[in-house]
Amino acid sequence: MMEILQYEFIRNSILAIILASIACGIVGVYVVIKRIVFISGGIAHASFGGIGLGYFLGINPTWGIIPFGIISALVMGLVSRRTRIPEDTAIGILWALGVSLGIIFIGLSPGYAPNLFSYLFGSILTVTPADLMVMLILDLVIIKVVFLFYKEFLALSFDDEFATVVGVPTEELYLLLLCLIALTVVVLMRVVGIILVIALLTIPAAISKQFTANLKKMMFISVLLSAIFGMLGLVLSYQFNLASGATIVMVSGIGFILSWLYNDKFCARHKTCHSNIKIKE
Amino acid sequence: MMNSGYKNNKNKKNRNREVINLKNVWVDYNDITVLEDVNLSIYEQEFLGIIGPNGGGKTTLLKVVLGLVLPSKGEINVLGVKPEEGRNYIGYVPQYALFDHEFPISVEEVVLTGRLGIRRFWQIYNKEDKRKVQEALDIVGMSKFKGKQIGKLSGGQQQRVFIARALVTDPKILLLDEPLASIDTPLQTGFYELLERLKKRMAIVLVTHDLSAVSVYVDKIACLNRRLFYHNSKEISVEDLEATYHCPVDLIAHGIPHRVLKKH
Repeated sequence: MMEILQYEFIRNSILAIILASIACGIVGVYVVIKRIVFISGGIAHASFGGIGLGYFLGINPTWGIIPFGIISALVMGLVSRRTRIPEDTAIGILWALGVSLGIIFIGLSPGYAPNLFSYLFGSILTVTPADLMVMLILDLVIIKVVFLFYKEFLALSFDDEFATVVGVPTEELYLLLLCLIALTVVVLMRVVGIILVIALLTIPAAISKQFTANLKKMMFISVLLSAIFGMLGLVLSYQFNLASGATIVMVSGIGFILSWLYNDKFCARHKTCHSNIKIKE
Repeated sequence: MMNSGYKNNKNKKNRNREVINLKNVWVDYNDITVLEDVNLSIYEQEFLGIIGPNGGGKTTLLKVVLGLVLPSKGEINVLGVKPEEGRNYIGYVPQYALFDHEFPISVEEVVLTGRLGIRRFWQIYNKEDKRKVQEALDIVGMSKFKGKQIGKLSGGQQQRVFIARALVTDPKILLLDEPLASIDTPLQTGFYELLERLKKRMAIVLVTHDLSAVSVYVDKIACLNRRLFYHNSKEISVEDLEATYHCPVDLIAHGIPHRVLKKH
């Protein structure tokens, strides 16, 4: 088993999984506790417009997806907060518009769009050192921002209105959080592809939420779980020659089902389990 | 204790400063008028209960005072300034929200968020914040639950934590939106005793749809159903309520007013 480590592409894949785990473990926690899974899915899919733009302009699609993803995040956030259009309707529309733009851009681009599938479904075995560098920088940005606004993001996620009353610029911070999601999409894109990004943004955080009531611990566990699922998925896809992104997501999904069953069936009989502690008057 | 508090308040009434003033306030959502020509003055150390049916505009009235809802007409003053500035002096206890009970946040962390207006970004909470939180938790009697996850507490305990969160900035005004909805009747007396203590330091406005929830501890009562019926007193407003019938009739028909009136 260890002999696969001698290949550089395997070592790069492992690094990519670790870097992706950091982003999705931290940001995914906010996605889950603030219940913004749908808008996150919207941002991820709308980012496809940026990939199309990259092909159309003849540049690396990564440089298309970063600005396009951030703009999509800001537009979705502003439309859903400031207009009278119901939030889910607005997200659904913008989600589809982003994807459509991507398809049109690709159609307008001369020739064949190489590697298109790798952006859609991930292609972890072809991650380049340049990709890793981008992922590392984005990770550092994400960590820095979460470090700076940790207490504000927590307040905003728990009670947006109260945070506004005490003077927190909640709208600006919410938009910033959506931008972090857009950056996380870029980090995860090479691992599972933008179609499946939402799995890594929700599953590890949803599992860790069942086992701790502390946000920092939840982030830590989520990062760890993402890394485990990623490694396991990578090994399975290598052994059985399966699509790596989809395998990682399947492993994560099974992990979620098992943790849920454990929590729901086994844990129900044990009072010490985190989810069963109730405080009496 | 309760009576003397009430008398003190009465004697001092003239010296008490006005903390909230609403002048001819109208609020419209789309084409529906939610508040119609509301005039209201609230003074220091005053406990005002506002009753009215669901959808009568009670929450909107509080949000107008907080600057979260802008009026279509009229003027609002909070301690002499606009609501957006004045809300720094307001402690707000929102309507019991059905938040996610698995939300990863402890009692202490919830109360600390009350200090966010004082702390800058990237600054961590300091000793002063922690001390204020401890003080507020002591006042509401929730210190021993400091490290517990908020969702694991009972409704009444959660309500006390939310009051503590509103107290950590030493507010001059406390606004409570349906605070009794999650507290069982036997525990409501304790809750009012808490408010009675807090009243010495701030004005309290409590809104509720449940007339029976407005106890003897309230100094004054207003009745809100789009329009506000208020005569700056407790007793008269009950008659006013009977006369106007703008509050639900069944509340009166069931003989509840005797609970509202103070025993003499």
